[in-house]
Amino acid sequence: MTAATLKRPKATGPDRTVLLVLFFIVTSAFLLLSHNGDMLQQLGALGNALRNPIVEALMVSLFLANILFAYLWRAAPWAKALVGIGSLLFVLPMAGREDTSLLDLSIQIMIFAALALGLNIVVGLAGLLDLGYVAFFAVGAYTWGIVGSPRFAEILKYFGENPGGTNSGTLAIGLVLTAVTAASMVYINRLTARTAPTATTAWSFRLASVGLVAGVILTVRALLVLLAPQADGVAGGLNAGFFWLFLALSIFAAAAVGVLIGLPVLKLKGDYLAIITLGLGEVIRVLANNLDLYSGGSQGITPIKSASVPWFDSLAGALGFSEDQYYLLFLYVLVLIMIGLILTVNIRLDKSRIGRAWIAIRDDEVAAQAMGVPLMQTKLIAFATGASFAGVMGMIFAAKQQFISPESFVLNQSIAILSMVILGGMGSFPGVILGATVVTLLNLRILPGLGEATANLGIPQQVNPGQLQRLIFGAILVTMMLLRPEGLLPNRRRQLELHHEDNQEDESAQGNAGALTNASGDVYSAGLAPVKEDDKAGGSR
Amino acid sequence: MELSTLLPFLANVIVGGLVLGFVYAIIALGYTMVYGVLQLINFAHSEVFITGAVVGFEVFRVLAPVNMNGYLKLLIALLAAMIISGLLNVVIERLAYRPLRNAPKLVPLITAIGVSLILQDVLRVIEGFQGRFDLTYTLPAGFAAKFCAVGSSCESLGNFLRQIGVDVQLKDVILVVVALVSLGVLNYLVNRTRLGKAIRAVAQDRVTAGLMGIDANRMISATFLIGGALGGISGVLFGMKFGTVNAYSGFDPGIIAFTAAVLGGIGSIPGAVLGGLTLGVIQNLIGVMNVFGGALGIANLEAIDASYQRIGAFIVLVLILIFKPTGLLGKSNVEKV
Repeated sequence: MTAATLKRPKATGPDRTVLLVLFFIVTSAFLLLSHNGDMLQQLGALGNALRNPIVEALMVSLFLANILFAYLWRAAPWAKALVGIGSLLFVLPMAGREDTSLLDLSIQIMIFAALALGLNIVVGLAGLLDLGYVAFFAVGAYTWGIVGSPRFAEILKYFGENPGGTNSGTLAIGLVLTAVTAASMVYINRLTARTAPTATTAWSFRLASVGLVAGVILTVRALLVLLAPQADGVAGGLNAGFFWLFLALSIFAAAAVGVLIGLPVLKLKGDYLAIITLGLGEVIRVLANNLDLYSGGSQGITPIKSASVPWFDSLAGALGFSEDQYYLLFLYVLVLIMIGLILTVNIRLDKSRIGRAWIAIRDDEVAAQAMGVPLMQTKLIAFATGASFAGVMGMIFAAKQQFISPESFVLNQSIAILSMVILGGMGSFPGVILGATVVTLLNLRILPGLGEATANLGIPQQVNPGQLQRLIFGAILVTMMLLRPEGLLPNRRRQLELHHEDNQEDESAQGNAGALTNASGDVYSAGLAPVKEDDKAGGSR
Repeated sequence: MELSTLLPFLANVIVGGLVLGFVYAIIALGYTMVYGVLQLINFAHSEVFITGAVVGFEVFRVLAPVNMNGYLKLLIALLAAMIISGLLNVVIERLAYRPLRNAPKLVPLITAIGVSLILQDVLRVIEGFQGRFDLTYTLPAGFAAKFCAVGSSCESLGNFLRQIGVDVQLKDVILVVVALVSLGVLNYLVNRTRLGKAIRAVAQDRVTAGLMGIDANRMISATFLIGGALGGISGVLFGMKFGTVNAYSGFDPGIIAFTAAVLGGIGSIPGAVLGGLTLGVIQNLIGVMNVFGGALGIANLEAIDASYQRIGAFIVLVLILIFKPTGLLGKSNVEKV
């Protein structure tokens, strides 16, 4: 079933190798040209036309369409590889050298693509509507934001001045508590895997998890107090070499927060889950806004360091990048590698036992449970996986912006990411990436471009397209739901589900793919199926 | 703060919380009615009620120079808000929810979010054309006065309130009265009339109700109309209570009101009221936690102030959903396989 979706779509129509290469060359040339200030100046009138924000946005969009066409069209493999590698590794960085904002935009698109891929696991595969997804992004961003900036020294100073009786003994207690509670949680888990969980095991598990949190807090506090004398040494934040350690840590931190949030709320379904994740996302934002010591409050944290890799910097220098662009190029390559990794993980997961369990849960929770899928565990894995992708990307985001504040993690961001997933097609990886690209381009280039271009046309400021982001998002969500709920590049299986009635006859021709949905007249599933008249969501037992 | 002043302060906070709670309760009724019939969280309801607030503002603004009784102006504002919000809700249902009646559950939920985003910008643009963003409610003359001035007929009650240090404003009293009246009317409508009976039938089983000759679509429209009208009332009350509203300020009270609906047991009308009142009080108490912290000498409490208010609602929501998912007054129903 889903394995079929991962194959390239059946290329129809004639071989378009020549067209693809031609399109690639033309758009690349225009992109390189339109982002080169010196050359534009020599071109005079044409140069001015190319500098128009709408034309520029169009250029970027057309150029990015290359990659989409390489994916969709039937063409020789070498041409596809040429377009893919050529545009991502050569043309974009080269154009970005002249115009840093382009590099910035590409990183932003890829960050959102990764976020959308993460949310796709939660919503698209496991069917858990999460409206607070951006919270995990915030966790990653703040993890590095705090230690990679002067904030860390201030926290250490504060703890140095207010040790509150904390000493190395506290550290020992914290470590022991952490180890013991973690061990007992593992033990209880093993126990309940063999026998049915009882009230005692359930409560001791909860108790142990509270103990674990307490242990971790004690340990961290003791560490901070013990490290306080070093405050002056890290006045500008930790050494950038720690970036790699924290890249790993941010995965765990976000995944841990995912599990923490998930444990109490994943019992709920549908709308209730949506509203509660929304609430918890807001809780994290309010905390970031109010815990001034750690997050700098609404002022945010700045400047946040980025990693520097010496040989990479010298390579960038050799390629003609200026010094203040090094970190952007580095992050561009890093995020490119990350997205490759995330995509691979996604595809592997989707084909694996876990992926099938997610889809089973999405389609019918009760049946999946009856078939021996451990509900809670599987849902938690989905939540934690999605969260960990967001955590990594949050960290890269913090390093790219060099500034984070609670403003970046509002509910609208969660909704934007959700609309990427929906626009592209829930459950479909290429679709989700396309959705992220379209929405980000719309948000960062096309709408502001239109706004700038129409600023002098006498259109009132209120209806300036740059100001109407919410309206446009809303319109996308509503029209997509009304007209094409399966998204732009739909997942095959989901398309069948959503168009079940219109193409009954087609399904028989599609072989086994429709067999699952054909079995009964109604597709009845927890999150995604037609509502039965007596179906109550959420709290019902 | 001294302990002797703390108690009147506490009474004040609770009374304020109850007044706030009535606003939440009326908003929550809009959620609960729609949810009861369609099992849909109408995310757009927060914008519907802000539309009511905007309409109320406009009515007060237009009527400001007119020499008319202040209460009559309020009545006109309430009626206008009810009509416009109600119709808006019906239109939303017709265009955005009805075509998706049989779609998977996630689909109308996402549409609702989309509609809410669209309405936010539409409201902002409409008011923006007149150069406004934050709408400040200037109430008709006679509203800003204290409840029970010295020498009036209710002086003894006023004296009592002043003695225990509770500060009740006339607008708070009006707010509670309007809320109670609309609750009474709603209760009559739902439990005593044929329309209410039909709506309850559709909520219980749409198909069977259809077989009994009830036009389910019309009843759903009626529910949206009533829910929207309640939203309109609550919008005006919200504006009166808080003083300023803008196109985006629906989200917070909307989410708190939804929490109230869940807290009371979604689908239950008395539940929504109970939930609203509870949350109003809880929220006000969290907002002054720092004062109590200061008085009792608990340093950790001192850090908790009004900026944590909204977290309170969410934490209550999480706890409720974990321990009593059906809410305080909700009926549990068994999942059929």
